[in-house]
Amino acid sequence: MGQTLSVKQLEAWYGSNKTLKGINMEIAANHVTAIIGPSGCGKSTFVRCINRMHETMPGTKVKGEIILDGESIYDQDPVVLRKMVGMVFQKPNPFPSMSIYENVVAGVRLNGTRNKQNLQVIAEKSLRMAALWDEVKDRLNYSGMSLSGGQQQRLCIARALAVEPSVLLMDEPASALDPIATTHIEELVRQLKEDYTILIVTHNMQQAARIADSTAFFLNGELVEHGPTSDIFTNPNDKRTEDYITGRFG
Amino acid sequence: MNDYLRKYKNLMMLIVFIVATIIALVPLFGVLGYVVKNGLSALNLQFFINLPKAMGLPGGGMANAIVGTLIMVLIASVIGIPIGILAAIYLTEYDRNSWLSTAVRFATDVLTGIPSIIVGIVIYTAVVLKMGNFSALAGGLALAVIMIPLIIRSTEEMLKLVSHSIREAGYALGISKGKTIMRIVLPTAAKGIITGAMLAVARVAGETAPLLFTALGNQYWSRSLNEPTASLPVQIFQYATSPYKEWHQLAWAGSLVLILIVIVINLVARFAFRSRSI
Amino acid sequence: MIKKRRLTTSLGDKTLRLLTLLMAVSVLVLMAWMGWKMFDAARPSIQKFGFSFITGRTWDPVKEQFGALPFIYGTLVTSLLALLLAAPIGLGVAIFLNEMAESKFRAVVGFLVEMLAAIPSVVYGLWGIFVLAPWLRQTVEPGLAKWFGFIPLFQGTPVGFGMLAGGLILAVMILPTIAAISREVMAAVPNMQREAALALGATKWEMIRVAVLPYAKSGIMGGIMLGLGRALGETMAVTMVIGNRPDILPSLFAPAYSMAAVIANEFTEATYDLYLSALVEIGLILFGITLVLNFFARLLVWSVARGPKGGNLV
Repeated sequence: MGQTLSVKQLEAWYGSNKTLKGINMEIAANHVTAIIGPSGCGKSTFVRCINRMHETMPGTKVKGEIILDGESIYDQDPVVLRKMVGMVFQKPNPFPSMSIYENVVAGVRLNGTRNKQNLQVIAEKSLRMAALWDEVKDRLNYSGMSLSGGQQQRLCIARALAVEPSVLLMDEPASALDPIATTHIEELVRQLKEDYTILIVTHNMQQAARIADSTAFFLNGELVEHGPTSDIFTNPNDKRTEDYITGRFG
Repeated sequence: MNDYLRKYKNLMMLIVFIVATIIALVPLFGVLGYVVKNGLSALNLQFFINLPKAMGLPGGGMANAIVGTLIMVLIASVIGIPIGILAAIYLTEYDRNSWLSTAVRFATDVLTGIPSIIVGIVIYTAVVLKMGNFSALAGGLALAVIMIPLIIRSTEEMLKLVSHSIREAGYALGISKGKTIMRIVLPTAAKGIITGAMLAVARVAGETAPLLFTALGNQYWSRSLNEPTASLPVQIFQYATSPYKEWHQLAWAGSLVLILIVIVINLVARFAFRSRSI
Repeated sequence: MIKKRRLTTSLGDKTLRLLTLLMAVSVLVLMAWMGWKMFDAARPSIQKFGFSFITGRTWDPVKEQFGALPFIYGTLVTSLLALLLAAPIGLGVAIFLNEMAESKFRAVVGFLVEMLAAIPSVVYGLWGIFVLAPWLRQTVEPGLAKWFGFIPLFQGTPVGFGMLAGGLILAVMILPTIAAISREVMAAVPNMQREAALALGATKWEMIRVAVLPYAKSGIMGGIMLGLGRALGETMAVTMVIGNRPDILPSLFAPAYSMAAVIANEFTEATYDLYLSALVEIGLILFGITLVLNFFARLLVWSVARGPKGGNLV
């Protein structure tokens, strides 16, 4: 079941560069929230703060509060937190040294689960949720790299789901894929929101309009506007939002 | 007309460079050719199983030298490969930029450039003198010192080739850094790391100078690791510089075996373990 | 308010980090320790002979007189001769392979050139004794004496063994180093430079001369310096063909002695402490020269091509 996220005065630095300037945001559970904005507006940084990946880069700093399920994420071991908040990256990144099966269960197995039966059940369940099972069930031993781009991304989604997070972060998950694969991913996101809270970063506004329940517009490290998708796109409150949506800059 | 001159010059330079390449390859075929020609005739079963015979007597072999080389290369690998890989992991995964890693990289570079005979001198003063005798252990240690910087270099290069996105995928799944390194990054770079290790092994198998005053040499079987031990390169050197024709023959045969070992390792390393680099 | 938390928490993680750190530091310690050990063992000789060690021409273990000049001379002459031969040929090979050869051909020939580097030094020495030296004695040196005998370099009795043999063998051995580094720095030249020259109508050679070589120049210099470093320290092949006589003569035909060679030959014969110490001091000098040379050479190479080449050749 998905969880709510509460972001309070989040500030983030990359070296001396302040990339997030005080974000306040409530993210609803079992919702798809899209984050849109021009390049460099801080949307990727924002998302990477939520699973504390931002801190893994040298020279970064964070200030503020993020509450997941009533607890501050900064009070927890980041390794543990990342089992609760999963991430799918822009470019599909299956582990090259592992088979499809091994990739899916990697997060689960490397964290202690050894029982083969359990792993196989988890693998099938996750692959089905990612709508990939039928295509790979006969070649689970093949290398993860043998799949097409779209399939690799669904593999990465299955891998992230296998760990049973409550929040799924997706950083432009379809931008490296062709239109058909993109459609598959979007369909997947619509199905997944029943069980997960999904945050999806996208530079494609039509995509946001298609799949997101609510949309947030970032600009220059600030959250300009956040509301139901239909409102943002048809009747934005802020002029900057309107300018971006109508393509006056981008 | 100027164009014609330029075209002519271009052709001349092309020929110059082709000639240079041919000149460069002549010694390769020259050396290999003679080694094969002279060595093959002296290569027989006795070579592989016999001990050296007294000067001038036919029928001697280099069995103890071959075994000695295998043993000392093994000692060097057991010491040098783990140290090298672990140090490389530190430099790529934990600390790419600080003064410490710069200093370690500098030291690695210095160590690759040290003439191998200097390594022999140091191990002599530090190990042989302390222990009071020459030994395979000292020889293996000297070879290990030569191997370590090579392994660090090649392993570091291979680890750097692993896309950072792979590591992030590991962290994002809630896998700790140590596990990500050992179970995801290392296996991904494995092929290249093995290639680097094999090339380092081939290199030290052929080294003579560092063994001259660490393992010294032995006309008989060494019964323990704490005795002077024969090795193929040292034995070849001793036979080649001796006045006895039978020993010269053995030197050629030994060279053939040594070259075969080195070239086979090189070929296997480069072609069987080809990774996606260069 | 919020502090950056580290990624490693469990005991296993901490152990790995500590272990790898230890190994990395041990490399640093190893280098320092080696330098110190050399210095310590050479100290008696340094104290006794001081600067005259480098200028002394007499090496007489029986009389306890140790002057290293003959070895420095032999090392420098053979190494410089090797450079003079190997640098242009190595560069030529590199240009041919990188800029002119077809890819399959390039792979095969490139591999062969690398195989030159894989042949152990002692095997080169063996070939030097029984093939190169006789050939020099019977054919090359008489020929050189006949045509160029008016130059002191080519006077004296051809013996085969001597500085010419040493220089030639070293040239073969350092050629792959120079070729490989030159190839690497030339490959680092951005294609844009090449295309700009070609677009202006340059022939291939002109393109190389104008766009590639100037850009790669310092890297190539660095590669040559590294080749020199390798020649200076090369032991076995040189010992086997240089004649091993501590004389300082102007002719290339004359036997001589190199620093590494005298260490290799006399170390186990050194019956008393001062003798050993003098030999170690020679080693220390060699260590020092190659250290400085390698350091500057690498700076040059890295200024063109990022990062050192992993593995064997350097």
